[in-house]
Amino acid sequence: MGGDQANSEAGEELIAAHIARFREVPGGLLPLLHAVQDSLGCIPAGAVPAIAGALGLSRAEVHGVISFYHDFRSEPAGRHVLQICRAEACQAMGSRELEAHVKARLGIDYGATSADGAVTLEAVYCLGNCACSPSVRLDDAIHARVDAARVDALLAELTTGAAP
Amino acid sequence: MSLRLFVPRDTTALALGADEVAAVLRREAAARDLPLELLRNGSRGLFWLEPLLELEHEGQRIAFGPVDAAAVPALLEALANDPAAHPLYLGPVAQIPWLQSQQRLTFGRAGLGDPLCLDNYRSLQGFQGLENALRLSDQEIVNAVTESGLRGRGGAAFPAGIKWQSVLDAPGEQKYIVCNADEGDSGTFADRLLMEADPYQLLEGMIIAGLAVGATRGYIYLRSEYPRARDILEEAIARARADNYLGDNIRGSGRGFELELRSGAGAYICGEETALLDSLEGKRGMVRAKPPLPAIAGLFGQPTVVNNVLTLAAVTTVMAQGAAFYHDFGSGRSRGTLAVQLAGNIRRGGLVELAYGATLRSLVEDYGGGTYSGRPARAIQVGGPLGAYLPESQWDTPLDYEAFAAIGAMLGHGGVVVFDDTVDMAQQARFAMEFCALESCGKCTPCRIGSVRGVEVLDRVVARQDTAGQIELLRDLCATMEAGSLCAMGGLTPHPVRSALQYFSGDFS
Ligand SMILES: Cc1cc2nc3c(=O)[nH]c(=O)nc-3n(C[C@H](O)[C@H](O)[C@H](O)COP(=O)(O)O)c2cc1C
Ligand code: SF4
Repeated sequence: MGGDQANSEAGEELIAAHIARFREVPGGLLPLLHAVQDSLGCIPAGAVPAIAGALGLSRAEVHGVISFYHDFRSEPAGRHVLQICRAEACQAMGSRELEAHVKARLGIDYGATSADGAVTLEAVYCLGNCACSPSVRLDDAIHARVDAARVDALLAELTTGAAP
Repeated sequence: MSLRLFVPRDTTALALGADEVAAVLRREAAARDLPLELLRNGSRGLFWLEPLLELEHEGQRIAFGPVDAAAVPALLEALANDPAAHPLYLGPVAQIPWLQSQQRLTFGRAGLGDPLCLDNYRSLQGFQGLENALRLSDQEIVNAVTESGLRGRGGAAFPAGIKWQSVLDAPGEQKYIVCNADEGDSGTFADRLLMEADPYQLLEGMIIAGLAVGATRGYIYLRSEYPRARDILEEAIARARADNYLGDNIRGSGRGFELELRSGAGAYICGEETALLDSLEGKRGMVRAKPPLPAIAGLFGQPTVVNNVLTLAAVTTVMAQGAAFYHDFGSGRSRGTLAVQLAGNIRRGGLVELAYGATLRSLVEDYGGGTYSGRPARAIQVGGPLGAYLPESQWDTPLDYEAFAAIGAMLGHGGVVVFDDTVDMAQQARFAMEFCALESCGKCTPCRIGSVRGVEVLDRVVARQDTAGQIELLRDLCATMEAGSLCAMGGLTPHPVRSALQYFSGDFS
């Protein structure tokens, strides 16, 4: 519990620092939300009142912005985020089979995190790698021509700790 | 003598293992005591050959590809002895027919050198357009853009010069240049390639736009799905600022321009220019009713130029080489060059820049080399998720805005996605509706609700429940969406759906 307390205090300090940095920036709400999520892994519900107050918005407005964009989350993701491209170029190269394979292997649907907390699975619509589909993004690395064996290897590297 | 090698650091090259290739090259060269100079360039967009390794040899760049890490040891031996003997040898890169036959105005620099090196950019005619623009009046710059015939590359193909004239003429305290780098269409990557391989060209285009309309601030709105482009642009902006291309006294001219990079947050609709502006203002990305046009009341209510990455990049060519030079390329009212992006199930995918007017078939067959799977191609979706699916009978259509409009299709941002004969077009139609439902901004009922109904109807079609009645319903839904939607999201989603119904009706019964 003491650790959680310290964590949440550190989180509040970070949020305050981000607010200070972006409150005077025109249209600064999106960069602010990105900064909060980058440093805390999510935008905790508890951060909304402070953000709203500093930017002169209502809590509902801030919440409305957070919920509008697919990128923002209110709960932390797993240790890694795996995005599978579901858009047309990847469909043409078998991404429907790929996503079925990954869902079965991880035992989860899009938006969920594997039971061991290692991987959050997300859908993404285009990674700009469409000449070499199907594509997935694992954290900030994009992988091309991914089939079931390749994605299995990527996931295995995560659990053995070979990847960062 | 040391070996001078180039290995790209572009998203697709990296996704295919370019960093591993570079690491093994260094390791193996060290093990052999081979002096190695390894440069990381951008990609030339020959993605089917990535990772494409180049060797500087007797004044030429010799290409090898696609190279994987396992091929490196044998390749190094060959490079040091007889390069042409290696099985991955492709000859001088500039003479690869796929590249040599292109008309690269915008992508001519891509892949030549370190994308972030300002000296490299300047040595390749970079900033010539800006230098010329600095000697002209604002009206003269706008005139050049108008005379070039340049039309917007983001999809709507609106004449850039007319838009700039409106912003120049509009009164406003703080005008803005906004670069639309949201590139959300599946099958497109030209904006990304340009930003990763030649970022200063985009910056130069934006600075010229600022001079032309009297805007001293600019934003690049970059989708968050492009982390590599983000890193490169951030660094490019910092270096351009340090070298006085940005700031309040551009290269000592007394003119100023400031530029900020902003990240999207995973919303396709934020590629629509007014939703993009709302997003830049820190709001939900809701489409605005027009008028007022962004040119009159755009970002923070001020006159704003919103242009696609490639539109702004093309301006540098217009200003460096002249409006007439640019206008000489193209066909009909489509002037200049089109960056075609060959994607999906295609053997030789990548970026093909050509004057407008080549046929879709020549692109897909001559450049693309047919499908990746080797099966017959069956459908081609051109212009992103709102574009029509075209059957073989339509593939002789020339790539030009008017010719595509005449067959009920659109060129959009130039994405070409090929499907082989295993495609189920009812599933593709369903996806079009599903995507609209997911990405609708929610303002118009026909778009927000109609797309959800569309998915349900297509589910029943796929399950063969009352097929005829459901298809009737689907046609009604398409008509309602087309008539009752404020923007092209709801208004054009019927395109892929109807084209699937019209040309591939067998998949629905
Ligand atoms: C749903 C939707 C998505 C769009 N996405 C993009 C995009 O990702 N990039 C882009 O440049 N234009 C996009 N556009 C077109 C823009 O609204 C606008 O026409 C364009 O940015 C203007 O620049 P241009 O004249 O240089 O093309 C989109 C339009 C719609 C309706
Ligand atoms: S058509 Fe759809 S995306 Fe466009 S404004 Fe209407 S609801 Fe929003």
